[in-house]
Amino acid sequence: MSNPLISARGLTKKFGDFTAVNGIDFDVFKGDSFGFLGPNGAGKSTAMRIIGATSQRTSGSVSILGKDPEINGPQIRAHLGVVPQQDNLDMQLSVVENLYIYGRYFGLPRKFVKNKIEELLTFAQLEEKRDTKVEALSGGMKRRLTIARALVSEPEILILDEPTTGLDPQARHILWDRLFRLKEQGVTLLITTHFMDEAEQLCDRLIVMDKGSIMAEGSPASLIKDYSTKEVLELRFGSDRNQSMADSLRSMCDRTEELPDRFLMYTDDGEALLEKIYAADFHPKTSLVRRSSLEDVFLRLTGRTLIE
Amino acid sequence: MSLTNIRQGSLALVNVARVQSRGALYVAQSRIRQMMKWIWIILGIAVANPVLYLVSVGVGLGGLIDKSVGPAGVDGVKYLTFLAPALLAQAAIQGTIDETVFPTLEGFKWFKTFFSMNATPLSGKQISYGVFLAAIFRATYTVLLYFGVMWAFGALESVHAWLAIPTAIFAGASFGALMQALAAKLEDENIFFTVLGRFVMMPLFMFSGTFFPLTSMPSFLQWIGWISPLWHSTELGRHLTYGHPLSTTMIWVHFIFLSVMLVGGLYFSARIFTKRLAK
Repeated sequence: MSNPLISARGLTKKFGDFTAVNGIDFDVFKGDSFGFLGPNGAGKSTAMRIIGATSQRTSGSVSILGKDPEINGPQIRAHLGVVPQQDNLDMQLSVVENLYIYGRYFGLPRKFVKNKIEELLTFAQLEEKRDTKVEALSGGMKRRLTIARALVSEPEILILDEPTTGLDPQARHILWDRLFRLKEQGVTLLITTHFMDEAEQLCDRLIVMDKGSIMAEGSPASLIKDYSTKEVLELRFGSDRNQSMADSLRSMCDRTEELPDRFLMYTDDGEALLEKIYAADFHPKTSLVRRSSLEDVFLRLTGRTLIE
Repeated sequence: MSLTNIRQGSLALVNVARVQSRGALYVAQSRIRQMMKWIWIILGIAVANPVLYLVSVGVGLGGLIDKSVGPAGVDGVKYLTFLAPALLAQAAIQGTIDETVFPTLEGFKWFKTFFSMNATPLSGKQISYGVFLAAIFRATYTVLLYFGVMWAFGALESVHAWLAIPTAIFAGASFGALMQALAAKLEDENIFFTVLGRFVMMPLFMFSGTFFPLTSMPSFLQWIGWISPLWHSTELGRHLTYGHPLSTTMIWVHFIFLSVMLVGGLYFSARIFTKRLAK
C-alpha cells in the first residue's frame, strides 16, 4: 500500500483539564472516504480541526500530505477543502461573491476562479441564486454553498464536519449524491457524523469514537459483522412492561439491549426468534425485524445510543 | 452534469508562496468588497459629518470666537484653520474603528468568517493585517472627502493644509490597530461598546485639544490628551499646516507615541488573531 495521505499517532488534544482527543491513531489513504462516527462531544470536530491544520495538538504526531500541520499549516491548508460544522459564509455577500473571494484566498487566478464558479454553481444547484445574498438562502442551500466553496481550489482532501446536521431528508440526499460524485473523482473524503445512515452511505472505512478515544475501526460492513449480529429484533411491550418482559426474554438469545422505549434482541434470524417468542406466549405490542446497523455497533461498544 | 471539467487538483493549482506574499491584500480586497455594500451610507456619513461640524462649530462658533479674539486668532490663526487638523484626525479615527472593531467581532463571533479564511493558506497574521489595511483604505477616503468639504467651505488658508491628511490617517491607523487588538480579545461585546463610546471615544474627542488648546484645560484633565492619539496627531497636523510652534523634542514625542501605538497594536492584533484561530 502507498503512503497514507493522513496519519496520526497518539494524537491528543487537551483544553485545560479536559481531554477532548485522547491518543488516537489512524491512517487515511488517497481516495478513501473515511468517517469519524460518534455522538456529540466525542472529539470528532476537535480531531478535524487538527487535521485541518488550524488547531494545535497537545501531543502525539500528525502528518498530512507528508507534512506536519504545526510547521507547515499554510502548505497543508492549500490542499484541503474544509466544510465546518457551522456554515461560516459571508452573509453580506452574494453566492458568487462568496465563491470568488474564497478562490482568491487560495491565490487562484481571477480567470480560473470565474470559470470554476460556473461549474460549482451547477454542482451545488445554485445557478438561480447566484446573485442572492447568502443571508436569504435556506439551510440546505447554505450547506451546499459551503461545500461548493470548499471545492473552489480542487482540494486533495475534503473535510466535512457533520455535513448534513440540521438538513431535511431531501436536502441530505442531494448532498450525499454530490459527495458520492466527488468520491468517484478520487477526492479523499474525511467525514464526521453522528448519523449512522450517513456513515454507512458515505464511508468506506470509519472509526467509532467516544469520549475522545477510538472504540473500533473498520468498514461499516466489517464493524457490523464484528460487533453485532446479522439481524435485530425490536420489541415494544409498552413503557411500563418493557422491563419485566426483558427479564423473561433475556435467555432467548445471546445479546439483548434495553432502551427506554424498546427491547432489542440480537440474532442472525429475526423471524425465527420472533416465532419462538410468540410460541412462548409473549405478545409484544409491536415487533420489527431489521438488519444490524452501526447504531447497534455503537450501542455494543459504549452501552449508549448515538443520539441521546 | 457537474464538475465536468478536467480536475487539475490543488497540487497543480494553488501557489502557496503567492498567498504568503499577498494574503493580507486578498483579505483587504474582500473587506473592501463588503464595505462597498454600504458605500452610500459610508459616503453619506463621510460628507454629512464635516458639513454639520463646519457649519455649526466652524462657521457658527468659529465666527463668534474669531470676533472675540480678534486678529490674534486662536493659536495665531482663524478658528477653522485651528480646528481642521483635529476634525480630520477624528474622522480618520472613527473610520478605522468602524472598520476594525466591527469586522473583527463579525469574523470571530457573529459570522465566524475568520475561521473560514484561516481554513485556506491564509494565516491569522495575514487576516489581521488585511482587515487593518481595509480600515486604512476607509480612513483615507473619509479624510480626503472631509478635506474636500473643508476646501469648499474655505476652511483651508494655509498652502500646507494638505499635510494634515497624513497626520490624520496616522492617528486613525494607530488607534485602529489598538482597537483591533482589543476587539480580537473580546468574548462579550455588549459592555465593550458602551464603554468604548461613552468613556473612551467621547472624552478623547472632547479633551484632546480638539476645540481649544490642551493647555487651556485644567491640568488634572490634560493627561487625557497625552494618552490620546487624536491630540498627538492634531499637534503634528497644526504644526505642519500653519506652523503651530512645536519643539523638535515634542515632534519626536508625538511621532513616537503614534508609532508605538501603531506597531504595538498591529503586533498584538496579529498575535491575538493567531491564538484565537488556533484554539
